[in-house]
Amino acid sequence: MAIDAATVRKVAHLARIKTPEDRLEPLAQELNGILNWIEQLDEVDIDGVEPMTSNVSQPLRLRDDVVTDGDKVADVLSNAPKSADGFFVVPKVVE
Amino acid sequence: MTDLTKLTLKSAIDGLKARDFSSEEITRAFIANIDAANPVLNAYVVQTSDKALDMARASDARLARGEGGALEGAPLGVKDLFCTDGVQTTAGSNMLRGFIPPYESTVTANLWADGAVMLGKLNMDEFAMGSSNETSAYGPVKNPWKSKSSNADLTPGGSSGGSASAVSGDLCLAATASDTGGSIRQPAAFTGTVGIKPTYGRASRFGMVAFASSLDQAGPITRTVEDAAILLHSMCSFDPRDSTSLDVETPDWTASLGKGVKGLRIGVPREYVVDGMPAEIQALWDQGVAWLGAAGAEIVEISLPHTKYALPTYYIVAPAEASSNLARYDGMRFGHHADHFTSLNDLYEESRAEGFGKEVQRRLTIGAYVLSAGFYDAFYVKALKVRRRIAQDFDNVWDRVDAILTPSTPSAAFAIGDKQIDPVTMYLNDVFTVTANLAGLPGISVPAGLDSGGLPLGLQVIGKALDEATVFQVADVLEQSAAFTARPDKWW
Repeated sequence: MAIDAATVRKVAHLARIKTPEDRLEPLAQELNGILNWIEQLDEVDIDGVEPMTSNVSQPLRLRDDVVTDGDKVADVLSNAPKSADGFFVVPKVVE
Repeated sequence: MTDLTKLTLKSAIDGLKARDFSSEEITRAFIANIDAANPVLNAYVVQTSDKALDMARASDARLARGEGGALEGAPLGVKDLFCTDGVQTTAGSNMLRGFIPPYESTVTANLWADGAVMLGKLNMDEFAMGSSNETSAYGPVKNPWKSKSSNADLTPGGSSGGSASAVSGDLCLAATASDTGGSIRQPAAFTGTVGIKPTYGRASRFGMVAFASSLDQAGPITRTVEDAAILLHSMCSFDPRDSTSLDVETPDWTASLGKGVKGLRIGVPREYVVDGMPAEIQALWDQGVAWLGAAGAEIVEISLPHTKYALPTYYIVAPAEASSNLARYDGMRFGHHADHFTSLNDLYEESRAEGFGKEVQRRLTIGAYVLSAGFYDAFYVKALKVRRRIAQDFDNVWDRVDAILTPSTPSAAFAIGDKQIDPVTMYLNDVFTVTANLAGLPGISVPAGLDSGGLPLGLQVIGKALDEATVFQVADVLEQSAAFTARPDKWW
């Protein structure tokens, strides 16, 4: 399942990383090198094995549904590239 | 007078408490070292000298009153991955250049509560993705060590390369670090220092810049095993703000030291003999086995049959988690924002292309690929299943062994630029360390010898989940047996 330039273009878009046309082919080769190496996982018998998503076996803790934090508008906006009147400023998204 | 910057953390804490010297004195000594060395070694990306002196004077006041915490007055370095209130935190990335967290990570908050002094933020591979510190937006860190046979600049390993270089080069008493696939243990091995990654969930991830959340774990890099026991104790705590934080007591691990290993069963996994491993690494490993045997441990040959699949599994799981975690960098709320764009999507894509370096882009692309429709089961779910196989390998041996001994790395430190040609060659650095991350187990690297070029080599001890006590017990015996006293010659 070799990756070609068109696949890289699609995946780069999924990752929201602008990738110039002349980078697609070299990137495809790099990714193929890595994926070929990864393909050895096909040798492992995984019949009936549950996927392991966490090292922690304890159930997630629940807490009371109450406000524990907040009222920090200035903190939240302090690193915003653009903000105004207590809001983030973003490009127009709805015409 | 003693050079205060060469003290162990333990002897510095004792000296401060005894008022043999002040925190301001030792802090000034480190600042002088950093000022002189950092233009060459590039270990610190931010120096907080004024803040350090303020903290030191506050510590001195507490010590004068007979008060103070477990780390009172001790100057430490902090990996740039830990958010520090009011001090720039970038995780080595242009994406976060200028980011000033308005809050403190739990790990560093614990250090300051115990009285530690912050010297500054330490360089690292960008978002902790690298094994040589060469992916940092601030340029590579240099290893204080050089080979006898070459004048080439060596990497201190990665991703916690700044931490390892600073501890080894007398630029702090000890440092915080983090380990997703080996990022504490490999740099420790490359610099003749001690590094431990605790059991997953021991140290809070709150305020750590995320890479791969099911694998990331904080830990210290220090000069001795005892120092590691002290600093790790301070770093660990139960934290309700991290959903995977373990609600368990943090033991006093210094109680493990001096106990010896008589009667302990030490596993030696045959699968850790890898193709092309230098004879020196095998010899070091054999030496470690002999030391533990001579100290009364029972050596047990074991099999961890899925070991060879750990790295390929990691290179699916970690990029997948990174692709999800790093989606937060959208150029809107914090982080780099492109100046020129034609649409909302274009703003995302331009900001991320400009802000992320090459290796991060490569891994995010892999992550997006293995999570994408049509490939999710073939790659991601399969990797999660193999991950369980790897964890089960360990579960299957714990009834026969108390700890496992392996080399820390497949080689000594290599030259900057040496392994940049092929990503997979670089990834192989973590072949011995990554299994502990996938299985969530504690692992420590202890300096155990020198290669033919006079460069340090490390041995790794892996333990059961939450059994750092045995890990420290074994590490202590290795440290005593190796009597590793070599230090890098100062050339910087």
